[in-house]
Amino acid sequence: MENKHQTNVTRFFGSGQNALIVILGIFILYPFLASNYFIDIAFFFGIYALLGLSLNIVLGEVGLFDLGHAGFYAIGAYTTAILNTKFGIPVLLLLPASALAAALFAFAVCSPIIHLRGDYLCIVTIGMGEIVRLALINNPFDLTGGPNGVFGIDFPAVGPFFIIDSSIEFYFFIWLVVGITIAGLLRLQKSRIGRAWNYIREDETAAGAAGINVRYYKLLAFVLGAALAGVAGNIYASKLMCVSPESFTFWESCLMFCIVLIGGMGSIPGVIIGAAFISLFPEIFRPFTMYRMLVFGTVMILMMMFRPGGAWPRKRGGPPFTALLAKTGENDA
Amino acid sequence: MPEPDRRRDSRIILETRELTKIFGGLTAVSGFDLTVHEGEISSLIGPNGAGKTTVFNAVTGIYRPEGGKIIFNNEDITGKKPHQIVAKGIARTFQNIRLFPTMTCLENVMAGQHCRASAGLWASLFRTARQKNEEKRAIEIAESRLRHVRLQEAQNELARNIAYGSQRMLEIARALATEPILLVLDEPSSGLNTRETEDLMAFLKDLIRRENVTILLIEHDMNVVMGISDWVTVMDGGQKIAEGTPEAIYHNPRVIEAYLGTGDEEEA
Amino acid sequence: MEVFIEQLINGLTIGSFYALIALGYSMVYGILKLINFAHGDFFALGSYIGYTVLVFASAFLTTHFGAWGMVGVALMIAALCLALVGIAVERAAYRPIYPAGRLPAVVSALGASIFLQNTIMVIWGPRYQAYPAELIPNIHLHLGGIHITLLQVVILVLSFVLMGILYYIIQKTLFGAAVRATALDRDTASLMGINFNKVIFFIFTLGPALGAITGVMVGMYYRQISFTMGWNYGLKAFTATILGGIGNLPGAMLGGLILGILEMFGAVYISEAWKNVFVFLILILVLIFRPTGLFGEKTAEKV
Repeated sequence: MENKHQTNVTRFFGSGQNALIVILGIFILYPFLASNYFIDIAFFFGIYALLGLSLNIVLGEVGLFDLGHAGFYAIGAYTTAILNTKFGIPVLLLLPASALAAALFAFAVCSPIIHLRGDYLCIVTIGMGEIVRLALINNPFDLTGGPNGVFGIDFPAVGPFFIIDSSIEFYFFIWLVVGITIAGLLRLQKSRIGRAWNYIREDETAAGAAGINVRYYKLLAFVLGAALAGVAGNIYASKLMCVSPESFTFWESCLMFCIVLIGGMGSIPGVIIGAAFISLFPEIFRPFTMYRMLVFGTVMILMMMFRPGGAWPRKRGGPPFTALLAKTGENDA
Repeated sequence: MPEPDRRRDSRIILETRELTKIFGGLTAVSGFDLTVHEGEISSLIGPNGAGKTTVFNAVTGIYRPEGGKIIFNNEDITGKKPHQIVAKGIARTFQNIRLFPTMTCLENVMAGQHCRASAGLWASLFRTARQKNEEKRAIEIAESRLRHVRLQEAQNELARNIAYGSQRMLEIARALATEPILLVLDEPSSGLNTRETEDLMAFLKDLIRRENVTILLIEHDMNVVMGISDWVTVMDGGQKIAEGTPEAIYHNPRVIEAYLGTGDEEEA
Repeated sequence: MEVFIEQLINGLTIGSFYALIALGYSMVYGILKLINFAHGDFFALGSYIGYTVLVFASAFLTTHFGAWGMVGVALMIAALCLALVGIAVERAAYRPIYPAGRLPAVVSALGASIFLQNTIMVIWGPRYQAYPAELIPNIHLHLGGIHITLLQVVILVLSFVLMGILYYIIQKTLFGAAVRATALDRDTASLMGINFNKVIFFIFTLGPALGAITGVMVGMYYRQISFTMGWNYGLKAFTATILGGIGNLPGAMLGGLILGILEMFGAVYISEAWKNVFVFLILILVLIFRPTGLFGEKTAEKV
């Protein structure tokens, strides 16, 4: 009798565990085989993966229409940039600080508007994102360097001996952070917090009537999502050594939105795939320069036409992720 | 008609005093007094638009009343938020079934257990012992409620894929999973066929007998009202027009008039 | 006082642009619950088509129709082209997505927007293009001490005429009632015999056409156009739609006008750099106190 936990993935590789080993192997070997240019591309893939995962909490799990997420990303990046260049605080220490700054900002800014209905929330998040970007350009109190931004950011360092400054090191750094994030998010998905988020997404009124504090969990999602985006900002800033407002436009928020939707709302493997699409696609089609964005736009439309649930939709009632790790032939738990 | 002894001797579990709810220009509920005694099945009936669901929504915290008080279990819960009221022990179902459609039946019922656990972000991320125990308990209670409503086979089915009658019972299971003192059901027999309605009636009578719970329901199906209620309150035009035992209400001329109109009215 | 009124007129001019674009957003949103991100690019495309007509056919058109006629022809051609483009985009990118829900539709709309924006870039190049000067004679008028240009008068008159026509169609005609009914409850409307396809055709030709006309006006007013202008104006217009209340067409018009005036006053009394921050803050404040917009829908959810 066929093992009903078999999926395409497990059939192809022989088991979920084999698949994971192969993927991990590719991940680890890749930077040793590729040139710096391509390692950097994989680095930015990682940044987008982290950003996608951060937005996934708000948009994918809770279903909140957030089109201003780049604002949190910016706050994280600029917190690192300013505190490092002005006060010499080490970049790695600023990682939690950036997360905290973005989280506090999210809390302050979302509290008064968290009750707004879907589309109205959407425009407010767009507005917030724009306000952040415009504030950064206008260089209040001469803090943010205006349109040119802040430069001269240090590399992350653990003590004086271990400095992350090469492409390979940054690659492993970001993917380590992504890995930890995925582990945490998987745990949350399987917890009452993750379920509460999903209940709210499905039917807010019913969720409240079943005993869920809707306002609290919505805010929690925003705060957590902002914190993770802040972490991405910190790592991005230290890799590029400079930050400027043009990396944090409404367009970036839209890209993150697409990552979650194209990958599959609430689906962690989906988000990774979505991030791959968004970051790698322009690279693969670089030779076509002018026309690649036309193709990009067309592919987005086609994706929604043929796979609106995303590349790897969230599966419920099916095998849990851990079941994918079962070897072929193992009985159902 | 005098109150039956049984009712007089049990304490009042839910009471609304002068409850008033106004929407813009429309007074949906006005000066409404309701009492529900512990351990009884109490029905709230009345023609469409009488304000019954509005009363339910006020009692469960979805609406904030403009006037009056709601006392539950000797505590004033007027104006509290829905999730707070659930934690205090009132659980409800909806007239138009509101499940979580793309989640499994088990997950749907587990929602009820949310307010009975307390694991937060830290505990969930690090899978503390307390969190693991809470998860286990939540799953056990959800599974037991699913067995109670005979849906254990559909545990991993998506809620939107099960039959209508089953969806009704699933919603009740979710409400029961909150470990309520008072169960508030809004037209539970709506859309059910005769057989399913009889099953529902038997289920509710059995529930009262086996567990320490009180039931308040809105109903249009007179068979249900007559068949299982201990007490009936009648609403029309936002106000109470009668209350009493099912027999008394059935023969009450004011009630008959509210439902059928007087003979003097012109044919439309 | 005069300066104040002049600023008001400037604000109204910008506001009319936002209002006309907002109408397109509001119509699509009201019926389909879709934020048509590509709408801003309809506006931009219209501007570029107008530019092409005015630059490359100016001699021919001026001889046959006169200076004013040339502008009129440019407006009409832009409007017609965009009516076609609008319905084409609806068929290609939106219609197949309707069954999938609202969020996939947003992605599709973003994809359409990218596609259109880059089409403009491919055809006309990434640099700024300049509208010819003095299409409307550069006459300055002094009406009761208030200084206003002829161009502004033309724009304001044209805009208000268009808004008036649309208002009339939507509020006073039977077809307009059909459109409004469809926005409120699509299924019941079609059960009542309203042809959904006709309604779709209407909003996806008229909306983009209005956007195109606005694009030409913007080109004449600011002279400089770029392929990213759709994004900027689109965002403001969408904000105006929300400010006025979703699905409320007169609200969208008023929202646009108010937004333009707010922006102007923000620029003058606060600063050019911070004017957008000011506008967004006002929007957020409005929504906190009136969650469905200034003139918004009052739908009570039946629980």
